Amino acid sequence: MRNLSILLVGLAALIALPHALSFSQQEILVFLVINVLLVTSYRLLTLTGEWSLGHVVIMGVGAYASALYTKELGIYVPVSMILGAVTAALLAVLLSFPLFRMKGFYFLIGSFAAGEIIRLIWKRFREPFGGVRGISGIDPMPDFSIGIYQFDFFEPVSYYYFAGAIVIASLWVLWRIEKSPVGLTFHAVHWQDKLAQASGVNLRAYRTLAFAIASGFAGLAGALQGHYVGTVNPNSFDIEVMVFVLTWAIVGGTQTFYGPILGCIVLTVLNEIVLREMGLEQARPLIYGAIMILSILFLPNGLESLVQKATRRKPVAKPEEKAAT
Amino acid sequence: MLELLAQTGLNAVYAASYISLVAVGLVLIFGVMGVVNFAHGELFMAGAYAIVALYADMNVPFFIAVAVGMAFVGCLGLLMEWALFRPLKDNPLGGLVASIGFLMILQSLAVMGFGVRMEHIPPVTQEVVRFTDKVGLPVARLYVIVAAIVFLSALWYFLKRTRFGWALRASAQDPEAAALQGISITQTARIAMFIGAALAGVAGALTAPLVSVNPHMGHSVIVTAFIVIIVGGVGSLEGAILASIAYAFVHTFVTTFWDGVLADIVGLSLMLIVLIVKPTGLFGSADRA
Repeated sequence: MRNLSILLVGLAALIALPHALSFSQQEILVFLVINVLLVTSYRLLTLTGEWSLGHVVIMGVGAYASALYTKELGIYVPVSMILGAVTAALLAVLLSFPLFRMKGFYFLIGSFAAGEIIRLIWKRFREPFGGVRGISGIDPMPDFSIGIYQFDFFEPVSYYYFAGAIVIASLWVLWRIEKSPVGLTFHAVHWQDKLAQASGVNLRAYRTLAFAIASGFAGLAGALQGHYVGTVNPNSFDIEVMVFVLTWAIVGGTQTFYGPILGCIVLTVLNEIVLREMGLEQARPLIYGAIMILSILFLPNGLESLVQKATRRKPVAKPEEKAAT
Repeated sequence: MLELLAQTGLNAVYAASYISLVAVGLVLIFGVMGVVNFAHGELFMAGAYAIVALYADMNVPFFIAVAVGMAFVGCLGLLMEWALFRPLKDNPLGGLVASIGFLMILQSLAVMGFGVRMEHIPPVTQEVVRFTDKVGLPVARLYVIVAAIVFLSALWYFLKRTRFGWALRASAQDPEAAALQGISITQTARIAMFIGAALAGVAGALTAPLVSVNPHMGHSVIVTAFIVIIVGGVGSLEGAILASIAYAFVHTFVTTFWDGVLADIVGLSLMLIVLIVKPTGLFGSADRA
């Protein structure tokens, strides 16, 4: 009962939130919601112990695929978004063959190389990817009405509700996956790979599965972004964006489900709202970099460790957390 | 056609020179400290901006400016070692993240100090060493080639023939055993970081009049350096040099005969193939990774 009321209050707050913000802040809010999905999908991949530098490019695959399906094949936008996500997941399965021959640092660099190759292919081939300038004039989400609310996608508020609903549903799916036996196996693949393998777990299959699911949701995030902005180009998915995602995950912490989301929200609010309002436009990367360094130096377990400290009632830690620290 | 081939070959030798300076520094840092320095491209950029500030703006003689720039970037390396890598020694991902943070700080300092525009640097010398009518090597490029040969030979001598060099290689191989032999791990890390950063700095300083100097120039440098150290085998200095030469030739020839983006794709694909077929690199032994 208490949980339900917290949930309802939270939902009401999320619905009311955009009405307290300015127009440009509403637009940032849309990106924030999409980035929450991106960083949460990234965490699913890190569950199996792999840190990829290609995740943002996979997001771009979803955006490009969805844009091309609507533009070239005339597929209805919501359907093509799902197809974009599926394309990203399938590409991840394909990439898993070379990439999962590597582990750790080599996987990091390998995923970066694979991502850069995809990005440069977009840049090099004008047909059908549009070259450096990318694809513009992507069909927006068609307006529709659900009776009590009229979705008008010229308004960021509408897109915020639309994307927000999809993101919440996706987060719920990701949460269920993590808590399912499959999700527990992902943990086992990371922390006890030898034992898991000895118990008959096919490590490669589970790593591929995690990679495919994470990529699918990243692709969905990309499709959501592409149809909102109306353009996609190779530079909007470059390594700098990946660095931001990595920072969110690390500043937030990846031991809990909410850690990366927390990192994403806190840093985005700090970055977009506080620093922009203070007129520190030029110094933003500097401050961002300093925050990264300070948080890795003084808060190595992320913001989530603060939350855990504040909310912990029982001193008994779960065995899973012990292994993590 | 023959002349075009010869000219492209000369260009490749020049590219190999500065790439190997950067890559060897990166390998040295990785070998001794076990940390991937993502900010290495920005150290190169800092070296180039030292030339902008000293040579272009303050009219300091070029070679003095290069020396000062080299020392300055070496000190940046010391700063990174002291402030970032030493406290994060036990956190494998920590050094990498901290170096990304440092990269962003250096980049935005360059933007704030010099602006985002490309810098114009007056040419140091217009002379060209002519081999035939159409094949020539600008002297400014010759400087880079000579510097690479001199500094890399000096480094080789230092590592193989001096006591400090032995200590450095010992702590790269096995830090604990080296510490038990009375080698100060902190001291060797400091030396490695200074040398590694200074090599990137001198490469940046010497190439500054030849390339477009801007705050984001480090990006392509670090990508190239990563390809080279992976192909050469992480932790192998000889491998890094050989891979620099191989990469420079492939990249320069593909750029000349097709285009630059395709050359990047080819380079990255080569790296991916090496990672798949022989993840320890062509010359490497995977000790620290």
